Amino acid sequence: MGDPDVRGGGVMSFDEATDPLKTTHLFFGPQHPGVTGNMSIEMWFDGDEITKAVTHVGYLHRSFEKLMERRLWIQNFPLVCRICVPEPDINEECYALAVEELDGILIPERAKWIRTLVLELARLGVNLMAFGGQAGTIGLGTGAMWGITLRDFILDLFEELTGARIYHIYITPGGVRRDFPEGFSKRVLHVLETIEERLPEFDRLILNNSIFLKRTVDVGVIPPEWIAEYGLVGPVARASGGVRDVRKDAPYEVYRELDFEVVTESGADIYSRALIRRREIDLSISLIRQILDRMPEGPVAVPLPNFTEWRVPPGEVYTRVESSRGEYGYYVVSDGSLKPRRIHVRGPSYVHAVPLLERMLVGANIADVSNIMVSLTTCPPEIER
Amino acid sequence: MKFTSLVSPFLAWSRAAKKADTIPYPDRANPGADRYRGFHINDTEKCIGCGRCAEICESVTIDMIPIEGLETTRGDSGLRPRFDYGRCCWCALCVDVCSTGSLRMSNTYSWTTENADTCRFTPGHDEKEWDSAPKGWRQDNDLLGWAGSPREEMPVVLPDVRVNDFGEVVEGYSVEQAIEEASRCIQCGLCVTACPAHMHIPDYIRAIADGDPAEAVRLFFDNNPLPELCGKVCTRECESVCAVGYQGEAIAIRWLKRFACEQFDSLTDVLKTASMPGKPNGKKVAIIGAGPAGLAAAYYLARSGFETHVYDMRKEAGGVAWGAIPEYRLPAEGYDKQMEVFRKTGVRLHLKRYISSGMLKAFARNHDAVFIAAGLQDSSDFSFPGSDLPGVKPAFEFLMNTPENGKQPVGESVIVMGGGNVAMDTARTCRRLGADVVISYRRRIEDMPADQEEIDEAIEENVDMRTQTIPLRVETADGGLRYFYAEAEMVPSPDGGRPKPVRKDDEEHSIVADTLFLAIGQASDLKFLPKELSDQLEMKWGRIVVDENQFTGVENYFAGGDITPGVGDAITAIADGLRAAKGIRDFLR
Repeated sequence: MGDPDVRGGGVMSFDEATDPLKTTHLFFGPQHPGVTGNMSIEMWFDGDEITKAVTHVGYLHRSFEKLMERRLWIQNFPLVCRICVPEPDINEECYALAVEELDGILIPERAKWIRTLVLELARLGVNLMAFGGQAGTIGLGTGAMWGITLRDFILDLFEELTGARIYHIYITPGGVRRDFPEGFSKRVLHVLETIEERLPEFDRLILNNSIFLKRTVDVGVIPPEWIAEYGLVGPVARASGGVRDVRKDAPYEVYRELDFEVVTESGADIYSRALIRRREIDLSISLIRQILDRMPEGPVAVPLPNFTEWRVPPGEVYTRVESSRGEYGYYVVSDGSLKPRRIHVRGPSYVHAVPLLERMLVGANIADVSNIMVSLTTCPPEIER
Repeated sequence: MKFTSLVSPFLAWSRAAKKADTIPYPDRANPGADRYRGFHINDTEKCIGCGRCAEICESVTIDMIPIEGLETTRGDSGLRPRFDYGRCCWCALCVDVCSTGSLRMSNTYSWTTENADTCRFTPGHDEKEWDSAPKGWRQDNDLLGWAGSPREEMPVVLPDVRVNDFGEVVEGYSVEQAIEEASRCIQCGLCVTACPAHMHIPDYIRAIADGDPAEAVRLFFDNNPLPELCGKVCTRECESVCAVGYQGEAIAIRWLKRFACEQFDSLTDVLKTASMPGKPNGKKVAIIGAGPAGLAAAYYLARSGFETHVYDMRKEAGGVAWGAIPEYRLPAEGYDKQMEVFRKTGVRLHLKRYISSGMLKAFARNHDAVFIAAGLQDSSDFSFPGSDLPGVKPAFEFLMNTPENGKQPVGESVIVMGGGNVAMDTARTCRRLGADVVISYRRRIEDMPADQEEIDEAIEENVDMRTQTIPLRVETADGGLRYFYAEAEMVPSPDGGRPKPVRKDDEEHSIVADTLFLAIGQASDLKFLPKELSDQLEMKWGRIVVDENQFTGVENYFAGGDITPGVGDAITAIADGLRAAKGIRDFLR
């Protein structure tokens, strides 16, 4: 594999790397099971080794940011979740935090705890799917199925709590939309137990698997100095020794009151990133238990103004949360009218899936493309809002 | 490479012996959760067609469409939401904001149809298999409060302070409060269906919310030239159907009207051209009675270029509304502001002119049309033993003769018989004149025809409510009166009408008072009608029957206000005037 620094795009000129006499030219995606979401990678490769990779995005462009400028403040809350399918709640959370800060809305204590629980449940679901999915990219479909099965148990919980499995539309400005149904905590704990019971099987299948080890250890290495260079965040940064976690760095909701350590690894390769996901699963389970233990009683929402006359005071705000992919933020500007003036969604997928991936792929084996891509858990809809 | 890492993955085969997690769909499909957001269900009986769901829908899924067999009625638009499931995003905002709570969702998540057009339907009207689904997303307004909000509280003078003088009870909204209150409106427009004059209510509320009360005043005059009056004492039919009122408190439409008028010392400055006479068309109209009906007709006729003469026997215009309603509810300041508008519009007021039957005949000859809006001048006859004693007085005359000046002594204790607004006004006026007041009413408080607000305020002012009392007789007793009554119990009416008070026992009770006011209702005095006219007029309960243009059907006579059958409040009279003006315009075209 060699030193990734030397393999960087700068070594070979574009003409050299894409020489039609020496290289094969191939499109990977946008419709390919190995691609996360709809994006494509245009690749040139010499033998098995990629000499140049260019990413193409835009297949999922739904113009969310512009749509939000044309909707009432409350109407955006069912819309934002659609920016990320596997983990919609971070969008609702960022949007709600932003509107609450602009309008000076203070939410009840119980709502904060419920929100944190929802965010951790969503993170748990994503990490289960991503951890299994990592195995799926190298042909171990069983891992992917197991991940999805366990996530489905969490979706059942979401269905019960929020009324929907995927787009929860639950965290609204002012609190959350409903309180726990009868006996909900018990069922959450039951699902956690099921997951914990099955995790050792998962570990045997994936982490202690010679093929998985061979395909992931020392593959897709991200040197620690790239963290600052590219602005890497979340599990990608944490697998390369970076200690970056918004839950610790700028605690929101009730994370300040929860007992946890930022999960880090130093392997910097795909295996480390899978390990981070695996340890995040344990962390989320521990956090959910802490939340359920300490959940206060009380109201879960505060009244909001008449929606069709709701003018959020002028101002601008940037709110951020830790998503399963790293820091995720909303920049919201209000001019005091019925609709937002500008909303910008800043997700980590842009740096991870475009500049970082283009650089990581140079020199990589063609069989590792989806392996590397999935290890970054990118989410294309978040690149093209 | 460790040996275990070669072997351990194969342990996954142990799963093959365990029960599968997969659900064999559709053979054994899981039902949606208790609060699943599935297909919509609408209780069309409960739905009022306010359109709030369509307004809030972020994906333009909902259209409000007319339903066959469903008419627009008071408080119901006659429209119902139709959903296009090609657009729905299942967010359930429509359910959470539904004014009446009629809309909910089933927990049905799958439905197969061969015809894509059937995916657009009106829940409740077009029957679907999930219509009776017991589960699914329901509104929880106690938790969210998205479907109704509390009213901006109106500051009032405290009861023990306000009984000392005739100062106005209500203090009025501040600018911030008015904007806050106006911002609660959901602009559904159901109020327009209930307002007798069909005022542009949502539009003027929007103008107030936008900080433009002048625009609101201009909108008032489009179909009500007496907003000063209606902003203070209107019976508020509009508020009774307000969609926000179903799960919250109705928008304070009357107080917002009051607020907009209060912002200006002169209404004509705001109205500009709307307070100028129209281009003269050479036609003359005589109006008998300068009450709300007469003034409203006069304003619109004058604005259309008619030469308009209004005759009234009293020394001030305004009719019963300004004459009988006490100062603490309707202060005199607004009067001059209103009258300035009529003067400027070219309405010619002839006050202190009693119209005899001969004059009325002459008017019909030398005017193009005559509008009779003379109102009710007499108190209803009600006699029982002792009702002719000198201390027993009609309440209506008492109120009409400016009791505020204190020239009509009532003594230290007063009994008022009746349960209408006149009874409340008399009782509260007497409280302000320093008397202890007892109200004697045959039925219960909830049966009283007076405004709830008036009843509440009277109770706050320590008026003693003796309900379910049947008057027996009045006797003189050491310088005052002794009023005897029996207690009644409510007996359900056999024909399904409202319960009737029936004497409970033989026991007699009595109270001593200096004065007893009879507030049993008013009657019309039709002596001024020429015999040949009254012979031709169709009458009902002593009132003149008219068509939808207020036309009596005889020569060029129109009639409106309390002299015609109807509710008998100011806004109905104003609506009559408005219709009469239009009727006369069409009649003389």
